[in-house]
Amino acid sequence: MRAYAALLRLRCLLLLQYRVAAFAGICTQVFFGLVRVMIFDGFFRSSSLAQPMSFAHTVTYIWLGQALLGMLPWNGDREVQDLIRTGNVSYELCRPVNLNGLWLSRCVALRSAPTALRAVPVILTASLLMPPEYRLAPPASAAAALAWALTTAGAVLLAAAITNLYSIALLWTISGEGIARLVPPFVALLGGMLIPLSFFPDWMQPLLRWLPFSGLMDVPFRLYLGQLGPGDLAGALAHQLGWAFGLALLGQWLISRGLKRVVVQGG
Amino acid sequence: MSGIRLYGRYVSLSLQSQMQYRASFVMFALANGLSALLEFFATAALFARFGSLRGWALPEVALFYGMVHTAFALAEAAGRGFDVFHLHVRNGTFDRMMLRPRSTVLQVLGQDFQLLRVGRFAQGLFVLLWGAASLGMRWTAESVFLAVLSVVGGALLFSGLFVLQATLSFWSVEGLEIANTLTYGGVEAAQFPLSIYRKWLREFFVFVVPIGCINYFPLIRILGRGDPLGYPGWAAWVSPAVGLGFFLVSLRVWGVGVRHYRSTGS
Amino acid sequence: MAQIVVENLVKTFKVGRRQAGLWNALKGVARREYTTVRALDGVSFSLEPGELVGYIGPNGAGKSTTVKVLGGIMVPDSGRCEVMGLVPWKARMAHVARIGVVFGQRCQLMWDLPAADSFDLLRDIYRVPAAVHRKKRDMLVERLRLAELLTVPVRQLSLGQRMRCDLAASLLHAPPLLFLDEPTIGLDAVSKLAVREFVRDLNRENGVTVILTTHDMDDIEALCSRVIMIGRGQILFDGTLEKLRSCIPMERRLVVNGVAGEVALDIAGVRQVTREGDRLSLHFDPDRIPPADLIAQLSRQFLVRDFLVENQPIEETVARLYAEWRL
Repeated sequence: MRAYAALLRLRCLLLLQYRVAAFAGICTQVFFGLVRVMIFDGFFRSSSLAQPMSFAHTVTYIWLGQALLGMLPWNGDREVQDLIRTGNVSYELCRPVNLNGLWLSRCVALRSAPTALRAVPVILTASLLMPPEYRLAPPASAAAALAWALTTAGAVLLAAAITNLYSIALLWTISGEGIARLVPPFVALLGGMLIPLSFFPDWMQPLLRWLPFSGLMDVPFRLYLGQLGPGDLAGALAHQLGWAFGLALLGQWLISRGLKRVVVQGG
Repeated sequence: MSGIRLYGRYVSLSLQSQMQYRASFVMFALANGLSALLEFFATAALFARFGSLRGWALPEVALFYGMVHTAFALAEAAGRGFDVFHLHVRNGTFDRMMLRPRSTVLQVLGQDFQLLRVGRFAQGLFVLLWGAASLGMRWTAESVFLAVLSVVGGALLFSGLFVLQATLSFWSVEGLEIANTLTYGGVEAAQFPLSIYRKWLREFFVFVVPIGCINYFPLIRILGRGDPLGYPGWAAWVSPAVGLGFFLVSLRVWGVGVRHYRSTGS
Repeated sequence: MAQIVVENLVKTFKVGRRQAGLWNALKGVARREYTTVRALDGVSFSLEPGELVGYIGPNGAGKSTTVKVLGGIMVPDSGRCEVMGLVPWKARMAHVARIGVVFGQRCQLMWDLPAADSFDLLRDIYRVPAAVHRKKRDMLVERLRLAELLTVPVRQLSLGQRMRCDLAASLLHAPPLLFLDEPTIGLDAVSKLAVREFVRDLNRENGVTVILTTHDMDDIEALCSRVIMIGRGQILFDGTLEKLRSCIPMERRLVVNGVAGEVALDIAGVRQVTREGDRLSLHFDPDRIPPADLIAQLSRQFLVRDFLVENQPIEETVARLYAEWRL
C-alpha cells in the first residue's frame, strides 16, 4: 500500500511538470467530447424510435467517459514494456519482490494518477460551461454517487489488471507485441469507450455484460445515471473485483511461465 | 541527387528494414486494420438503432469514413517520422539530421515509411468500396479522379497535423499523446458528414483545421447530392488544394520550431 | 590562415527550477521559476588546419554546446565563429557538407540494415559522385578493416565494430574537419587502440583537422598535441599537454592490493592516502618521489605483492584546476 502511494505521488509529480501538455489534454478531451455529443445529437434528432438510453443520459455518459479516459487500459506500462523488450527483465528476477504485485501497483498508479488530475477540470467544464442540453448532469442521487465512486475504484483495479497483461504479453516477443496492439481496440469497443454498450444489438448484451470490460466504464456510469439502482451495486462490484482478481492471477501465472522462456532464451 | 530521388531511396531502405521482421509486420498490419474496423462496427451499431443520421444512410457515411481512413493511413505511413519526432529529438537523431547538408524535413520524412499502416488503408478502402457498392454507385472517371485527389489532399492535411505535433515537441517533450488525441479526434469527427455538426464546429473544420474539407465537399459532388450547407459546388475541387496548403503552412510553423530549438537546444 | 575562429562565444540556457514535493509541484503549475545557466561564457580559441586538438572538461562544462555551435546545430547568444570562412549557423548546408561528426554513444547507421546500405545513402545525401565515393569507401574499408562487417545488419555488430563503421560513415564525403565526441567510450582495449591509430593516421597523412572531446586521458595522451580545457563555460587552459601537466603538480596514483594490518605512512611527496579494506591507494608526485623509491619505502613496512601505478584521471586534473583557480 505504501509503495503504491509513493508510485501515485511520483506519477502526479511527473504529470504536473508538463502543465502545457495537461492543459492541452483537457482542452482536446472537452473538444472531442463535444464532437461526440453532437454526433449523438444528430442521431437522436433523426429517429423517433425508442432508444435504450435517453439523449440526456448519453450526453452525461460521454462526458464521464472523456473525463475518465486515462483510466481505461488503452496502453501498457511503457517502462515495464521497455524492461521486457530490452531483456533487462532478467535482472528483476534477482529482486526479492513479487513482480506481478509490483507491476500491478505500477499499473494502478498509471491508471489513477493522470485520471485524478484530468477528470476534475473536464467534469467542471462539462457541467458548468456547456450549453444546457449538452451538459453533464449530476449523479441521479447521493446513493448513485456513492455507488459510482465505489465502482470507479473497482474499475481502476480492473483496468490495472488488464494493463498489466499487455506488458506481460511482451514476454512472448512477437506474438506478445501483436496482442499488445490488437487487444486495446477490442477493450475500447467492449468497454463502452466508443459508444455506450446499451446501443449495441440486443443479442450482444448478455455477452457484453458478462465480459470484464463492461466493468470499466459502462457499469459505473449506469450506476451514476441511476439506470442501475443501489441494489445492483453488490453484483457490479463482485463482477469487477472477481474479474480483476482472476486476471491478476492469470498475470501471475503468465509471468512465471513467460520468465522461464526469457531465462531459457538468455534474455 | 534530387530531393525526390533521395526520398525514394530513404523509403526503399525503410521498407527493407521492416522486411527484416516479416512475422511481426504481418501481425501489426492485421492489428492495425482490425482495430480501425471495430470503429466502423460501432458506427454501424448506431445506425442499426437509429436508422439514419440527419438524412444520411450508413453506406453514405461509409464513404466519408473510408475516405478519411485511407487518407489518414497514408499520412501515418509517410509522416511517421513527424509522428514520433519527439523520439528523434530525445535520442539525438535530429541533431544528426542537422549535421547533414539536406533539408531536415526531407530527412524526417525519410526516417520511416511505416508500411504496417497498410492495414488501416485496406480497411478504409474496403469500407469505402462497400459503401459505394451498397449505394449502387457508378464510378465515373471524374469521381475516381476526385476521390484519389481528395485522399491525397487528406493525407497531406494529416501529415500537416503530424508536423504541427512534431513542432510542439520542440517546446514540451512529454505529453504528445495529447496532440495525438487531436489527430485521432479529427479522424473521428471526419468519419461523419460535416453537415451533422453545429455551425461553429463546421466552420472550425472548414477554416481552422480543414479536416472537413478533405472528404465532405468532394463526396457531396461524387454522391451527386445537394449540399445542405450551401457551399458552392466548386468547393469539391478546392478542398484537395486545402490539404496541400495546410501542409505547407505547417512546414513554416515547423521552421519556427527549428529556430527555437537551435537557440535553446531543449 | 586559421581554419576555425571562435571569439567570445556566449550561450545561456534557461532551466526550470522546482523544489521537491507535491505541493511545490502544484505551485509550479501556476508559476515557474527559471535560472539562467551560462553554458558558454566567453569562449575564444582558434585552430589551424591539420591540428589535432583535445577538447576536455567535466560533464556540463560546455563541451557539447561548443560542438553544437561549431556544427551549426545551435545558434549562440553572442560572439563570433567562423569555420573555413563560414558562420556555421548561418550557412548550415554549405558548412555541414565540409565537416564530419562522430558521436560515440549515438550510431548514425541504420540499425536493421548492413552498413553498406547506410554508406550508399550517405553518398546520395552528400551528393558524392559514384566513382569518387567508391574510391573513398574502399580506402576506408581497407584502413578500418570493415570488409567483413559491411554485409551484416548493424544491430549485430559489436560496439567496437560499429564505431569503426561509424567513423567511416562520417568520412565518406572527405571532410577536412572532423569532430569526434567521445569516440572510445565503452570500447574494449583493442578497439580503442584501433580507433586511435586510425585517427592519428587520418590527421598525419590526410591532414584532416580533428577536434576530439573525451573523458579518456589516454586518448588525449595518445593523440593530441594541443589540449583545450573548458570548465563552467570558460576556457581554463589552452596549450600543449606538457604545459597542462606543468600547470599543476602532476600526480600519479599507486594502488597496492593485499595489504594486511595497520599501516602508518608519512612519506614526503605523497599527498593523500586512502585505505579500503586490503587496498591502499596513494596520490604522489613523481617528481618528488620516483615510483621505485615509493615502492621501496612501502616494502619496508609490509610485503608488496601486487601494485599498480595509474595516471591521474582527467576529472581529478580538472577538479584540481578548479580548486586552484577557485572557479
